[in-house]
Order: sequence, then structure tokens, then C-alpha cells
Amino acid sequence: MSSDYDYSDDDGDYYDEDMIDGTQDDYSDDDNMMDFGGDEDIKVPQKGKRKSYEVDYESLSQSAVEKLIAEDVEYIYSVCGVDESIASLLLRHSKWNKERLVEKYMDNPTSLLVAAGVTLPEPTSSPTQRSAPTSNNSSSRRTTRGASRLLTTFGGSGSKTKSPITSPTLTHYTPRSFKPKSSDPSDKFVCPICFDDAPSLRTLSLDCEHTFCSNCWAAYLASKIRDESEHAVKCMAEGCSLVCPDPFIRTVIGPSATSTEPGQEQENAKAWSHFQELLVRHYVASNKRLKFCPYPGCTNTVSCPSAADKSSLTTIVPTVSCGARGIGDQMTQSQSASGGSGGGGWGLAGKEHRFCFGCHVEADHRPVVCPVARMWLKKCRDDSETANWIKSNTKECSHCQSTIEKNGGCNHMTCKKCKHEFCWVCMGPWSEHGTAWYSCNRYDEKAGVDARDAQSRSRASLERYLHYYNRWANHEQSAKLSLDLYAKTEKKMEDMQITSSLTWIEVQFMKKAVEEVERCRMTLKWTYAMAYYLAKGNEKDLFEDNQRYALLLPSHSLIIHLRLHLRIPSDLEKAVEDLSELLEGPIEPENIPGLRQKVTDKTVYVQKRNEIVLEDTAKGFMEGRWKWNVVVEGFDEPEKVEY
Amino acid sequence: MASIAARRLAKELKEIQTEGCPVGINLVKADNFELWWFTIEVMGESQYKGEVYTLQFRFDGQYPISSPAVQFVVTEGRQAPIHPHVYSNGHICASILGNEWSPVLSVTAVCVTLQSMLASCKKKERPIDNDRYVRNAPDNPKKTQFHYDGKCCPALIAYSIMTDMGSAITDDTV
Ligand SMILES: [Zn+2]
Ligand SMILES: [Zn+2]
Ligand SMILES: [Zn+2]
Ligand SMILES: [Zn+2]
Ligand SMILES: [Zn+2]
Ligand SMILES: [Zn+2]
Repeated sequence: MSSDYDYSDDDGDYYDEDMIDGTQDDYSDDDNMMDFGGDEDIKVPQKGKRKSYEVDYESLSQSAVEKLIAEDVEYIYSVCGVDESIASLLLRHSKWNKERLVEKYMDNPTSLLVAAGVTLPEPTSSPTQRSAPTSNNSSSRRTTRGASRLLTTFGGSGSKTKSPITSPTLTHYTPRSFKPKSSDPSDKFVCPICFDDAPSLRTLSLDCEHTFCSNCWAAYLASKIRDESEHAVKCMAEGCSLVCPDPFIRTVIGPSATSTEPGQEQENAKAWSHFQELLVRHYVASNKRLKFCPYPGCTNTVSCPSAADKSSLTTIVPTVSCGARGIGDQMTQSQSASGGSGGGGWGLAGKEHRFCFGCHVEADHRPVVCPVARMWLKKCRDDSETANWIKSNTKECSHCQSTIEKNGGCNHMTCKKCKHEFCWVCMGPWSEHGTAWYSCNRYDEKAGVDARDAQSRSRASLERYLHYYNRWANHEQSAKLSLDLYAKTEKKMEDMQITSSLTWIEVQFMKKAVEEVERCRMTLKWTYAMAYYLAKGNEKDLFEDNQRYALLLPSHSLIIHLRLHLRIPSDLEKAVEDLSELLEGPIEPENIPGLRQKVTDKTVYVQKRNEIVLEDTAKGFMEGRWKWNVVVEGFDEPEKVEY
Repeated sequence: MASIAARRLAKELKEIQTEGCPVGINLVKADNFELWWFTIEVMGESQYKGEVYTLQFRFDGQYPISSPAVQFVVTEGRQAPIHPHVYSNGHICASILGNEWSPVLSVTAVCVTLQSMLASCKKKERPIDNDRYVRNAPDNPKKTQFHYDGKCCPALIAYSIMTDMGSAITDDTV
């Protein structure tokens, strides 16, 4: 059913209102409304023709990645002839680079096996091997080893230092400070760590035969895995380089492991599942084409080969989603989690696990590419002191000077005290905005330069920055308030069902509108960051490339003079604020049908405008059309630096 | 796990009390299983001849699975030894207190290791980054993630202080 929202992008005609079903015609048609309300899956990234601002990607569950891991293990097993648990340790040691692993293994299997902690080094092994404890090139290690030598005579075990668990090949790896007190294996075992000597004590060791009780092993493995996120856990003995293979870990903390320590079994279960996750994370981190979902508690992975190469980040914005929604207990894997009539999927619970495959800057910073988004945020951080006052949530009414707090996403403010109506962004009277919204939305460079003629260049550049920052921060602020807006809207939807004959499905247009507003605010926000760095002259190319947009726009002659890359957003900006205002305004029962019509129309409109901005900007990146006024990583240097 | 820690520390304390500490090391106080103090002195010829330092051990329930928090005491007139791996606030950069910790190591084994670290010192000097580190150092040295450079040249010792923010945003990809 989501195909109803697929745009055909081959003719560039975004203005055919009939492209979106169920929004324009008969509203009493419940089937149509079902399509409209029940479906929030606008993006449809994997279906049909991909839009220019979308990338191909695939979501993988933890078990899907585990399958990939198993394939690699199987490959090494068959090529090198080592068993699976060894193959796994070798792969982890080689950061999952199979080719290099095989090469190294063929070259010198012993040295690879020792380096990966699979086998012990020969006692006379060369000091250059990775088995660091035997190497002599570290004075700190020498210190440690030196002390260990001292330890052999320490602790009063004196004459009894002969260990019963001495490995024939490796006498010097025997623990010195604590060890079973008797050399007679038939004597009862004392764990050298906890000193437990119960006859029922279960003992375990790796090939090195450093033997400890199962409780200590379990506590140690759990601590390493849980607290240190270590997937290659070394033997507990001092300086021993053997790594615990997976079957050993399974034996100690796996599902069938039992424990005599209270609470240990629960700890084991947690550590065991964390260990599984660590392996997957390590595999994913070693593979450029994969990224682990950054949402807390989520274990999905996204595969996005087109963004694997860093150089691709100058031409695409790889916004991806792992397929899950929500956070914590409310997490769902299904794509259509928020459908249905229950109103589920709102706010945090329905939040899609969207993230940028290329950076950590923000989940979705389209349309601007990662290096520019990153540069902008850094600038905002660096300039935060100057900008702090702007970010503040309160402003003074320009009319009566009383303090006004912004508490919704809409920019149309009405002073409670004097009823003065003004624009939150520019503080100008709202009456002027009805016909000339764009004057608030653009930075008129000529006028600005004239006005600032006498002022210093740095002052001008600060003002220029603040102009964009102000607008950027305004959308950031509105987005933060969106959870609030969700809650308020949900309440309104409930009220509407009571005061009108509309069903739950039929009031979904409100939810849809709120979601669209949020999406558009994200786009607008980052458009300002992009505009700040765009070189002069860009508008010319754009203008020629995109004449058609101009023809389709409301025929304000002034608009022609505006930079196109700001004009489209400017138009979107106005539509978004209008929609925002409709959503936040009071609802009169008798006006509901009209409101529904208006909101639905506006939603469709902003959705299309948003598409245009995203599509056009993305195409510009692919065509290398965007030039910057500063040096941007991965791009050509600007010809002439203008602030 | 607290039971392992208590059992283990009781056993170590008993051993110290019955068999004594290694030469140059003396138990100052061990009134509970949370905080122990030792004095430490380097025997024979060394840079620290005749100097006595106090080592503090702090144990949590994870001992000996994870390492104790060990540092030199720098209050009540006590000083930290001047050494390329010892910061003036008493914190110590030593791998056995970090990634090379093994649960088989004991309190006295740590004392002996640190004693030998002092004994092998050629030149008395502070770590090169002492001032910077001490300014920002956490109270508990275990919260510092020292990176033990193979060459162990003080100039190359890097560390990061783990903050409460945990995984702060990293700019590693782009
Ligand atoms: Zn034990
Ligand atoms: Zn071992
Ligand atoms: Zn996820
Ligand atoms: Zn990015
Ligand atoms: Zn007023
Ligand atoms: Zn305005």
C-alpha cells in the first residue's frame, strides 16, 4: 500500500496533485483514507526507483551478520584446515581480512597462531613476536617480568613452588604468586584466585593448563566482556597470551553453564549475549561496507556499499535506517510498526532508527553532505558563546517588551499581553509576512553590505553567520519541541473524534502533517548550513538548470532575483510555517472538514517542496554543481574565497 | 563477587601477617577490605636510597577479577617518588595495573613490581605530561586509560581520561 506514495521522478512534474492518492478526492472513502492514514512509509527506500537523494542499502539483523561471520569461518576452515574456533580467533586477529590471513598463514602458520593467541610461543621464541610478555623491547614489561621473577620466591610458598600444572613447553608461564599448594594432582585443588578448595569445585584451563575454578573463570570472562568489551579474552594467568576460544567461553558462561555463585547465572547470560554482540560489532567495524545501528539497545547492522568509500561522501548523503523503531522495551523490528488504528508509533516509540552512514553529525542531515554538515556544527560549537543568546528560548515582544517564550514549532507569535503579532525569526510584524515571507528567509547581501558599509569585515561576517545560524537554530529548536507537538496533536485527534463524525483513521491526516513538518524542518535546517558555505555564482548555474521551477512558482517577480537555492527552501519555509500554524491553532468543531482539507493540501504541498529541495540538491552534488566559499574536505579548493 | 573479594583479601592479609611482607615493604594499615596502606622502600643502591613512600590500595567488589586502584599517597606530608611513570598526584602508569592485570597477582606482588620499577629507574624525573595530567586527573586512577607504549618513553605515554559521558561523539569516520 505504500506504493501510493511512490513518486515517479522521470518527468520532474511534482505538481500533479493527483499523484498522491486519497488526499484530494472523496474523503468519505475509507479505503482511500486507510491508505493515507495507516501508511507512514513515505520514504520507501528499497522499492521501485530510487530517488536521487536516497542511497541503496540493506538492513541486516544480528543473526544475518552471524551468518556472514560463519561463512568467513567456514572459508578459513576449508582453506587453512584449522577448526572453526581457531578460524574465528585468526579472523578476529586479522580484523576479518581473509586474504591477508591466508597469506600470512601460508607464510608462517606458527607465528600467526601464536600472535592470535591460539597456541603458546615456543620457550625460545623470537622476541619480535607479538606475544608481548616475552618480548624484551619494553622497559615497562621488563619491569613487570622482573617483578615476576621476584615473585617466584615470594609468598611463603617457598619450597613448594613446583607447580603441578606446569606445561612441558612453557614453564615460565606458570602462575607464580598463587597456585595449587601441592604438586600431587590427586590432592585437592585450591583455586589460585579465590582459594576455594571445595571438592565439588569445577576447574578449567586452556591448553596452557593454567587451571582455575569455573566461578573465577565466569567472573573474569563476564568482567572482560561486559566492562571492557573485550572479545579476545586472554588466559587469567599473569602474562599468558592464550586467548579463550569460543567453545571455552560457551562452556563457562554459555546457556548451559551452571554456577554455584548466587546471581552468577544471570550475569553469565548477559555476558554471553553481550559476547555474541561483540563479535558482530567487531566484524561490522572491520568492514567498511557495514555500520552497526547506533540506537541504544539495537543490534541491527546496515550494509551500504555505495558509501563505503570516504570519497563518496562528497556526492551522496548516505541516510540509512536499520529497519527497527523505538528505543528500549518499545523497540520493534517491523517496518510498519506504527500503522493500524491504535495510534501507536508516535514520538519516541515510533522513531525510526535513521542514521547517517557517513558521519556521526546527525541522523539525517540531508540535503547537505557530511563534510559540510560537520564543518557547520564545528563552527556552531566554536561560536557558541556568541550564538548562545540567540539560541535562548525567550525573546522580548518588540511592542511592549514583555518576555515571550516560544513553546511550539510555529514562528507566528502573538504576545499575550499586547496581542502584537510578530515573526519569531526576524521579530518583524507578522502582517508583513503574509505577502513577503521570503524577506525574512533570505540574506539580502546587497542591502546588507550597504547597511554595513562602515562596519568592519569581521562584523559583517559575524552577522552573516548569525543570519544563517539564527534560522538553523530556529528549526533545531522547533524539532526539539516536536515531541510536545506530537502529544498535543494526539490529544486533538482524540477530541476531533468526539466533536465530529470522523473516525480514528480519518483524523490521521493530523499525524501525517506533524510528521511531514518535522521532516521538512530537518531539510530546511540543513539547507541554511549549506547556504552559509555556498560560493557566490552557484545560483547562476542553478538558475539555468532549473528554469522549470521558476515557471511553476507563484509569480512574484522579486523571486526571480533571489538565489534559487534559497528560493525553493524559502517557499517551503513559508508552507511549513503555515502548516505548523494550522496544526497548533484551536480547532472549532464546525471547521473540522475545512481544516482537514487545508491541512491535507498543505501536507501534500510541503511534501513535494521538500522532495524538490532534496532531489535538486542531491543532483547538484552528483553533478559536482555545488561550489563552496571555503575549503571543504574532498572538494576542489574554491577559486576565490569570499566569506 | 564480593564473596570472592573478601575471601581472597582475608587470605592475603593472613599470609602477610603470618609470613611477613617482602623485604622493603611494610603493611601500614588494613582495617577493612576497602583500603590498605603499605610503605615501600627500594633496597640496595638506587635513585631512591633511603626514601620511604606510601602505597595505597583501594579494592572494590571486583577484586581480584579486576585490578585494585593503586597509587602513592601524597597527603599528610607524604610524597610520590619522582619517576617517569609516577605523576605528582601519586597516580602510576604501569601496565600490570591496567591491561596486563592478572587475577593471580596479589597485593604484595603489586608492591614488589612497583618496588622493582623504582629500582630500575636511571633518572629521577616526572612524566613529561605531568602538569597536564594532574590538572585533569580523576580521583580514581583506574578511571584513567593509560596507553602503555612499547618503548615506555615518557614522551610517548598517551592516556585518555574516561569521562562520565562514556561514548562521547567521535569524529573518526570522516
Ligand atoms: Zn576460583
Ligand atoms: Zn594460560
Ligand atoms: Zn536500529
Ligand atoms: Zn553524514
Ligand atoms: Zn507585547
Ligand atoms: Zn520574519
